[in-house]
Amino acid sequence: MSQTIQGVGAAPGINLGTAVWWRKEQPTVTVKTVADTQAETAKLKQAIDQTKEQINTLRQTAAERMGEEEAQVFDAHLAFLDDPGFTGEMENRIHSQKKNAEAICQEVTEEMSALMASLDDEYMQARADDIRDVGSRLLLNLLGKKPFDPSQLKAGDVVVAEELTPSDTAQFPEGIAGMVTAKGSKTAHAAIMARTLGIPAVLGLGALINNIQDDDKLIVNGDKGTIILNPSEAEEQEARQLIAAQKEAREAALKEAAADAYTADGKRIQTFANIGSLNDIELAVKNHAEGVGLFRTEFLYLESDHWPTEEEQYQAYAKVLSAFNGRPVVIRTLDIGGDKDLPYADLPKEENPFLGHRAIRYCLANPDVFKTQLKALLRASVHGNLWIMFPMIENLSEIRAAKALLEECRQELTGAGTEVADDIKVGIMIEVPAAAVTADLLAKEVDFMSIGTNDLTQYTLAADRGNEQVAHLYDAAHPAVLRLVKMTCDAADKAGILVGMCGELAGDVTMTEILVGLGLHELSMSASAIPEVKQRVRLIDSAKAKALADKALQLEDGDQVRALIRS
Amino acid sequence: MEKTVTITNASGLHARPAALLVKEASAFKSVIKLVKNGKEVDAKSLLGVMSLAAKQNDEITIRAEGEDAEAAVNKLAEIIATLS
Repeated sequence: MSQTIQGVGAAPGINLGTAVWWRKEQPTVTVKTVADTQAETAKLKQAIDQTKEQINTLRQTAAERMGEEEAQVFDAHLAFLDDPGFTGEMENRIHSQKKNAEAICQEVTEEMSALMASLDDEYMQARADDIRDVGSRLLLNLLGKKPFDPSQLKAGDVVVAEELTPSDTAQFPEGIAGMVTAKGSKTAHAAIMARTLGIPAVLGLGALINNIQDDDKLIVNGDKGTIILNPSEAEEQEARQLIAAQKEAREAALKEAAADAYTADGKRIQTFANIGSLNDIELAVKNHAEGVGLFRTEFLYLESDHWPTEEEQYQAYAKVLSAFNGRPVVIRTLDIGGDKDLPYADLPKEENPFLGHRAIRYCLANPDVFKTQLKALLRASVHGNLWIMFPMIENLSEIRAAKALLEECRQELTGAGTEVADDIKVGIMIEVPAAAVTADLLAKEVDFMSIGTNDLTQYTLAADRGNEQVAHLYDAAHPAVLRLVKMTCDAADKAGILVGMCGELAGDVTMTEILVGLGLHELSMSASAIPEVKQRVRLIDSAKAKALADKALQLEDGDQVRALIRS
Repeated sequence: MEKTVTITNASGLHARPAALLVKEASAFKSVIKLVKNGKEVDAKSLLGVMSLAAKQNDEITIRAEGEDAEAAVNKLAEIIATLS
């Protein structure tokens, strides 16, 4: 029987695929009394053998992909499966307590990992994770469930999950057909990721997601925000037609995207890509990005277990600058704090992290960290067209302090004979309402400004997009946000500098006309959105766009703005 | 049959020494226990031995029961004494 479930369409497109649950949660185990403890231990032994087999396969894959050293962690897992203190203890307890193997397995795993975690020794504490890992794998085998392993995902699978974190989506292989989650909204991390990868996503299905089983057939419709579970033949037929049409339209848009974008009346609108990892570079080039409007440097820090060295950073920056071959590459300096934590930085827990010690505030207070990054950037500048952007700026003194440090780094480098490009542009992100309101003052100190609508929206509307209770208040199309965008554009115009936008709003094709009308010169977005936005730009008449934008600024809320667009 | 020895090597009964000890212990038929400050673990269990978190200068008692108990205790005592 087919079933249609309504969620939130978080990334556009439609696709058909096979459901695969992304399991992180422990399955629930009921404690049962068993009479035949022999049969129960036999069951346990069988599950142990099965687990060993799986781990051996995992070990092999890991050795091939990441090297022998990384694979050795699985040797410890295998050793635990033979350990009298672990699996041996499980066997003993099945006999002594006459309980089912699943309950005993969970009990012993928890006990042993808690014991390890309690030891005053970092190495032993890390073993607690290994025990938990191998224990949960064993438990899933006892329950007859497939232990989840991201490397088992294949093209055509639809990932189904309670929710997805950045470290989850980072493990997705190519060709995932779609994403479906119980929690999350249009602005959740999973949604951003899905748009970057260009795969349809339906989030916020709630408890109904539990109707989906592994290997079910699913139609994911990110445009309508629906999924069809076990579709009928007619529904599947219809979906296949839509998928084919969508593919055709995409290919046509991609072909046209090779040319730079101008409005119908000849105004140049630069369409850039947002990049969050080195893997995104290829995607950006493939989608004909005319440059990079936002290179997030956080991944260098988040994926590292130490402060990334100047050399490590230099390699990454040089790579992206060379890939864009003289086109502008806007690299944003470290935006840490807020919701992004670094284990080795020992950042204090803050009551209110988004209003706290983050981004430029942190960097100016930690000049060693900041200067390492600035020097890496300056050294890389000879490889392309570097634009440096400071995040979270709210006043002039921050700009001046950051620029002074940049100059200091330049002097130190050139003094030591290192070559640095002399035409590096320096700009700021406008994401604090104070910066937008005083953009005319800030504009005098910089070469460009780029509006980060995600933070600007949450600060302006005082709504956390990750909080389901207030997420509905978070709306980048709200006239309050649009007015701040307008103020920033006007200030840039007056100062004769470039102004762009690098928030998610920039990649929303329904908003392109208003954004052009507000006066933005550059739009930076997920790479997969570029072809369609370029297509839209070519249809725009800039005088009409301005009239539309002016009208939007007078409306009451985001819904009215969207209604205006549709009319 | 038992014997008490002092850990001399700097890193204690850490990953590699623990694994070595468990491997040697497993070769004996006897039931072998390690005791530190009253805490007793199975010498044939890596998790058990590691959970002792025995450090330099800690005293460990090796206790064995079975046909090869004496050989077992002597062998393990020798290993602990010569750990580096």
